[in-house]
Amino acid sequence: MQRNSVTYILGFCAVICLVCSVIVSGSAVGLKERQEVNKLLDRQKKVLSVAGLMKEGEVLQPAEIQTLFGKRIRAVVVDLETGKVDAEATKSVSSYDQQKAKKDPALSKAAPKNLAGVQRVPNKAVVYQVSKNEMGEDGSGFELTQYIFPVEGKGLWSTLYGFVAVAPDCNQIKGLTFYAHLETPGLGGEVDNPKWKAKWPGKLAFGELGSDPKSWDKVKIAVLKSGGDGKPHAVDGLSGATITSNGVTYLLRFWLGDEGFGPYIQNVAVRSS
Amino acid sequence: MSASNKQVLLDPLFDNNPIALQVLGICSALAVTTKMETAVVMSIAVVAVMALSNLSVSVLRNFIPPSIRIIVQLTIIASLVIVTDQILKAFLFETSKQLSVFVGLIITNCIVMGRAEAFAMQNGPLASLIDGIGNGLGYGLVLLFVGFFRELFGSGTLFGVSVMPLASEGGWYLPNGLMVLSPAAFFLIAIFIWFVRVWKPEQVTED
Repeated sequence: MQRNSVTYILGFCAVICLVCSVIVSGSAVGLKERQEVNKLLDRQKKVLSVAGLMKEGEVLQPAEIQTLFGKRIRAVVVDLETGKVDAEATKSVSSYDQQKAKKDPALSKAAPKNLAGVQRVPNKAVVYQVSKNEMGEDGSGFELTQYIFPVEGKGLWSTLYGFVAVAPDCNQIKGLTFYAHLETPGLGGEVDNPKWKAKWPGKLAFGELGSDPKSWDKVKIAVLKSGGDGKPHAVDGLSGATITSNGVTYLLRFWLGDEGFGPYIQNVAVRSS
Repeated sequence: MSASNKQVLLDPLFDNNPIALQVLGICSALAVTTKMETAVVMSIAVVAVMALSNLSVSVLRNFIPPSIRIIVQLTIIASLVIVTDQILKAFLFETSKQLSVFVGLIITNCIVMGRAEAFAMQNGPLASLIDGIGNGLGYGLVLLFVGFFRELFGSGTLFGVSVMPLASEGGWYLPNGLMVLSPAAFFLIAIFIWFVRVWKPEQVTED
């Protein structure tokens, strides 16, 4: 058959496309399990690092990460609307995929218009509770030192996914880490810079602090263009990355606010006075 | 290995380096060379993709309809790149996160398609395979050269191991911030080209 005939060309295309797609989907399906394990480990590692259980640059074997995570961190599933822990869902917390739930209309709802660029909010979200000491297999000896909330919101180019750690009073911030984003390296990408992350611990998330969390003002924490370092409710922004910096402000305000973990925080926050 | 195959393999290293002489593929050479580790992984990925794409294109060269050959080459290259990306995500997760989009961008790396079109379409599978490896190595060589100096002077480390202790961590070395920015890669590539042309004056182009 002629190599330039239309039939030959179409047939050749079909065969090439078929072979290539089989190779591509074969590799995607075959390696999926390993990739999922990597992602889970990565997330556990980020939770450990934002909890301060893993130093910056420290390298742990996958097995060590899993043990450390199991001993020091308890994950619970929280109903965002009522702010209560969902005991039933918590039993299967390791298989609960918040990102997937966000896309399922039955498990999520559309977010009201917000500056953080959040489109949908899952009905239930995972909160990590960090224990001061190692706990037993049954969770005995658990003493709460931190809550870790997953947060996400738009930066300049991409959605930033991360965790914010707060003290049991849910007001004092212990740390902020992003585990996935596609911001410009060297500018917005500096949200990963340890020096910048070191500015967060000790900052306060909420405004006027009454003894009752219900009387707390709105979330007040902000990333400012300059002069944030001396203030209790502000952090200095990243040079050349105003939109990313603002994104961080908005996403913290959203997720610590009423649409996010606000109801849960009101239920669990330990009175400070 | 026959003399001609050896030449096909070694030519792209200095005599006909894809970056230094042909000035192809410098986009990714800027992006992934702030650290040796990413530079090494990227080099290996490019060598693998080029070797396999040259091989497959060469095997198919007598069947590919001339009118759609570029599309066919791209389809093959794109599939190989996706597979490479999947493998990196499964086995080298940390590095693949740092390489991010640049693994995917191997598809658009002019060297890969350049060799498929210029060499693999005319030569047999073995020679094409060797040509792919050779050009991949030529690309990798420049990446490693640039990565070595950028990581050493930009962060005081090599493969993440501290070589020159940083002043901020109690050492004596004040890192050169320019080295971690993209322009440094331009300077280093230019220096590389300069060295190669001093060594091999026949590469100097006449004005």
